Amino acid sequence: MSQAAPPLLMSPFMWAPEVWWSLFGHFIALSLMSIGGAITLVSDMHRRLVVNDHLLSNGDFTAAIALAQAAPGPNVLFVGLFGWYAGGLGGALISMLGIMIPSTTLALAVARWVSTRRHWLSVQAFQAGMMPVTVGLLLATGWVLAPPLATQPRALLLSVVVAVLVWRTKIRLIWLIAAGALLGALGLV
Amino acid sequence: MPELESAAPLDTAAARPASLTELFTAFSLLALQGFGGVLAVAQRELCDRHQWLTPREFVELLSTAQVLPGPNVCNLSLMIGDRFFGWRGALVALAGMITAPLILMLGLAWLLGEASQVQQLQGLIRGALSGIAAVAAGQIVGTVLKLSAPMRQHELGWPTALSLSALALVMMIWLRWPLVWVLLGLGGATCVFTYTVLRRRRQVASAKETS
Repeated sequence: MSQAAPPLLMSPFMWAPEVWWSLFGHFIALSLMSIGGAITLVSDMHRRLVVNDHLLSNGDFTAAIALAQAAPGPNVLFVGLFGWYAGGLGGALISMLGIMIPSTTLALAVARWVSTRRHWLSVQAFQAGMMPVTVGLLLATGWVLAPPLATQPRALLLSVVVAVLVWRTKIRLIWLIAAGALLGALGLV
Repeated sequence: MPELESAAPLDTAAARPASLTELFTAFSLLALQGFGGVLAVAQRELCDRHQWLTPREFVELLSTAQVLPGPNVCNLSLMIGDRFFGWRGALVALAGMITAPLILMLGLAWLLGEASQVQQLQGLIRGALSGIAAVAAGQIVGTVLKLSAPMRQHELGWPTALSLSALALVMMIWLRWPLVWVLLGLGGATCVFTYTVLRRRRQVASAKETS
């Protein structure tokens, strides 16, 4: 993920129904698998959108995640940015609908069901059993996004330092983002 | 087989949102404060400031929200909205969580796209974004390390839980399995295994009580 640059030729109001349908199909299919958040699906999204379908460049893909991390709000908004870079405003809206509709419907139904049965053994077994798997999937996400050692050793060092700070201290995440932006703009990472 | 149940005392929160408008505004404001993650801000706003939930209620809702597909803070907002105003509340709370940050971020993406037409700015923005990307990767790993703390008290014991996490990582990164295989295969097996462990424990506990 060496080049994290916004695309140069893209109109926000582009009309691209074929791209939109393709995005909608991918995200509606991924929605119900996003246990642990849509961010756990990043490596799968990369395979679908960048490697297989060429809807997004590698740079757009990484830039979208970087921007979504930098901006306030739920992390899932990076899906809207994928849609934005691939298909403008329409792409952004349709991608958000695709990723949200199935999981939202299921979440509401299950939440009502579980709230009356949270002392059931099977409910507790599910909650406990999924935890290690979710942690492993999140680690895989960090792995995919980390800068490559061969071409960007200093950026990788920054990632490692940030990981330790987030883990061990209560430092405001926005300061880390600001520091990363500054170091990057100065060409130091 | 019959499900085992136990009664828990319910503690209730001091306040509730007066209207759907108040719900929408509260979720918009907390989402806009959530740089690099909304959860910490959500806890502070909902429990401390508005007092719509006790910390215990918050943790219970979150534990359900986390195992369901979908972003956990979005699932959380759905459940909280649903609790106060039914399905309309659920939709309004979720809309509050997403709408304002989405508009802000698309505006930002547009500005960055426009700015990148200017040659001098291009290098700076490119650099800044790759710096931010490095930080973002580090933040995810750091957050996972934080989230893995409860695994020390995991029902299967922490060495087993840790090995399962490592196995999931290996399946995704080196074996390059599609996510659904890992979720259904490894996740399903782990849930069944946890169920048998918990059941055996309950049976031992109830055998001790009756003897």
